[in-house]
Amino acid sequence: MNALVKDPMSWTDVGAVTDIPLRGARRVPTPAGVIAIFRTGDGKVFALKDACPHKGGPLSQGIVHGHAVACPLHNWSIDLATGEPLGADRGKGCTPVVPLEVRDGRILLGRA
Amino acid sequence: MTRQRLVVIGNGMAGCRAIEEILARDSWRYEITVFGAEPRVNYDRIMLSPVLAGEKSFADIVINDEAWYRDNGIRLLSGVAVTAIDPASKTVTGAGGVRVRYDKLILATGSDPVRLPLPGADLEGVVTFRDLDDVEAMIAASAHPGAKAVVIGGGLLGIEAAYGLVRRGMAATVVHLMDVLMERQLDASASFLLTDALSARGVETVLGAQSEEIEGADGRVTGLRLKDGRVLPCDLLVMAVGIRPNVALAAAAGLAIGRGIVVDDQMRTSHGAIFAIGECAEHRGVAYGLVAPIWEMCRTLGKVLTGDEAAAYEGSLLQTRLKVSGVDVFSAGKFSGGDGCEDIVFRDAGRGVYKRVVLEAGRVAGAVLFGDAADGAWYFDLMRSGAEVADIRETLIFGQSVTEGLRGLDPSAAVAAMADQAEVCGCNGVCKGAITGAIVSEGLTTLESVRAVTKASASCGSCTPLVEKLLKLTLGDGFQEQTGPKPVCGCTRHGHDETRRRILAEGLKSIPAVMQALEWTTPDGCASCRPALNYYLICAWPGDYRDDKQSRFINERAHANIQKDGTFSVVPRMWGGMTSSDELRAIADVVDKFAIPAVKVTGGQRIDLLGVRKDDLPAVWADLNAAGMVSGHAYAKGLRTVKTCVGSEWCRFGTQDSTGLGVRLEKFMWGSWTPAKVKLGVSGCPRNCAEATCKDIGVVCVDSGYEIHIGGAAGLHIQGTEILTRVATEEAAVWTICAVTQLYREEGWYLERIYKWMARVGLDSIKARIENPDDRRALHDRFAYSQRFSRIDPWAERVAGRHAEEFNPLSRRMEFA
Repeated sequence: MNALVKDPMSWTDVGAVTDIPLRGARRVPTPAGVIAIFRTGDGKVFALKDACPHKGGPLSQGIVHGHAVACPLHNWSIDLATGEPLGADRGKGCTPVVPLEVRDGRILLGRA
Repeated sequence: MTRQRLVVIGNGMAGCRAIEEILARDSWRYEITVFGAEPRVNYDRIMLSPVLAGEKSFADIVINDEAWYRDNGIRLLSGVAVTAIDPASKTVTGAGGVRVRYDKLILATGSDPVRLPLPGADLEGVVTFRDLDDVEAMIAASAHPGAKAVVIGGGLLGIEAAYGLVRRGMAATVVHLMDVLMERQLDASASFLLTDALSARGVETVLGAQSEEIEGADGRVTGLRLKDGRVLPCDLLVMAVGIRPNVALAAAAGLAIGRGIVVDDQMRTSHGAIFAIGECAEHRGVAYGLVAPIWEMCRTLGKVLTGDEAAAYEGSLLQTRLKVSGVDVFSAGKFSGGDGCEDIVFRDAGRGVYKRVVLEAGRVAGAVLFGDAADGAWYFDLMRSGAEVADIRETLIFGQSVTEGLRGLDPSAAVAAMADQAEVCGCNGVCKGAITGAIVSEGLTTLESVRAVTKASASCGSCTPLVEKLLKLTLGDGFQEQTGPKPVCGCTRHGHDETRRRILAEGLKSIPAVMQALEWTTPDGCASCRPALNYYLICAWPGDYRDDKQSRFINERAHANIQKDGTFSVVPRMWGGMTSSDELRAIADVVDKFAIPAVKVTGGQRIDLLGVRKDDLPAVWADLNAAGMVSGHAYAKGLRTVKTCVGSEWCRFGTQDSTGLGVRLEKFMWGSWTPAKVKLGVSGCPRNCAEATCKDIGVVCVDSGYEIHIGGAAGLHIQGTEILTRVATEEAAVWTICAVTQLYREEGWYLERIYKWMARVGLDSIKARIENPDDRRALHDRFAYSQRFSRIDPWAERVAGRHAEEFNPLSRRMEFA
């Protein structure tokens, strides 16, 4: 990282990548609602607002498969990279993606 | 943006379809409340005839079950009739005084059957043919041997009613005022052929007959007297003489009324925020009673209410098909010709075929087909498109395949030749291109999946063969491959049985091993196959397989039931439904300590604590554990509850100690994982207070011992159990139940309840295994072995710190920042 360029984002270290089970998720509460952090089978990490675009179901409680999570309330499949519903529910809203970086095995969540 | 309030009066086909059309376009715009006067979920009224005829069950014709309302956040006020609408204050008042405000109001109040004001019309045994209550009354009447029915009205509905009653074993006669049956759809020639065809099926017809009086004795109908003096004796009299739009509410609210509630092309009534659709509406002077126009109205309204003000309904051309098995009748448009019209007629006496196509100004204006209605859709398409047919006039009557040079030898060729815009499903307005497009883009391989995605053939089902042909045609050899067992999910081509067989045969002991060996097409499966594989492995390798928590649905991962707001419910086990003051006191203390908002008694004789925060679960369990209570597994695809009555211990009718047996069963079987939930009931006598005969496994105690029942259901499907066997001792009852549970654990497909498993493999095959002493012992022993690893309280493990990460947030550093 270039220390001379001012990073517009402020980053918070919320834990280690390995604190999240593979094909699992953890929650990070914030004043603006819970953020869900996912770790997929291939070790990638994603962060979304913890609310399905359908009925607000907590995505952190769903089954993670591929780069998607199945909402625990009505089984909508949400793309972890974009927050968009997949399959038959494509195009019906979107869950906000939260800025995330992994540095040295630590997870940093961003706030603009 | 705040959501607008949408109120729908009428929980019938039109009201629900309108909601579907709105939700499909914008699922968030409205907060929806539905008033339904009938205390049932929404069902497909046009399928009542097949229900009457015994060709379908009520469950088959349910369109939207309770889950649909719940999943879509729709508030259903079922059994609540609306008493008033106030357009000034935009409120609707229901029986009992409930008042709901609306921004937009949809009237879908439907119609009432016309009851002829004949003397005797109020006698018992005089019914109409309109709703499920009517059908049930008709079925009940048909149960008496030798019973006779008279149906007044020779229209579509009257004929279907009479046919259904004959199928139920009654003698039925249709009495019709006109000389032609279905005179609004058929000409005299087709009516003649229909009269013959009905007679061959046991339905007699009396045409040109005016009803004078319904005769009765002791308050019950005994016959119908006609004006000419004839008396037709009957035990059941059905009036099927038409419908009258239900306009009373709208009239009282001051809306413009003609024959129905007057609407414009946007389905708007004379009041701007109130809309009307379906049989209660009158559009351009016409009130419709068929399903296709109603679907078109709903589609238009769906567009209008989601912002497309330009959408317009311009009236419908009507087509009719008679739902009498083996009698192929189709009618559309101007079927009887007239001035300026030209007829083309074809008859085949040998096959009993009559076709008449009416041309006007070189275009198809209508058609009547009897005996061979396969080309009905084609004629209807030509009619709607207004295509010039002068150049195909010579072969037009022989149908599409001949006309298009395909000689009619290969039905698939005719389907292939259909234009993409040609309508396949008239009920839902689905054209060929939409179906083939969905098959390709969504990778559909089954009729069910095509129905789910496109709705084609999902209403009356008469286009099912056509949809199947399209599947075959589009998939070619790909369709052939799907004739085998249903795959577990889209990640694999293997079915459940094959997957389980290979897990055992090849010694596969982890999910990745199964996916590798069976060539899964996705990297780590999906939310359907992973829980299934996890269960199959647990069942195959008890004590050996390591449970994969990430392949479990949240309820089984968190050992509590997730609720709509993301909180959980907690149900402690109460063995056989027995509890004590100490347990109740501990539960009360937990409720107070954690401010648990709701406490409910369940149908399985347990106490449900609702609204517990996930972070609090381990602490709640710790307190319950301290009072001696363990998980009730109310969240598990596993043994849930054993419901009991008090039995011989207390009850003056009890024949055996049903409570004791229930507690014993639950203490032995708790913690077991099964393909789907398993609920037990033990009743101490045939009065069956524990409702054992609608449980997955039930015991009914009798003087001589124990009847073991299986395969009951009391959810969306209601089904009584079948008797598996009778045993003399409590010991034998426990053994048998463990054995049959193990058989289900080994054979049931994941999420398949016992009654579905039983329907699939057959009760006889289950009986054969359980009645064979060696098999029974081996099954029991495998269950007992598996239970050595299962009877561990998951709550206590988590209180002790297991999987703490499941219940704690990753970080609290952003909580207050």
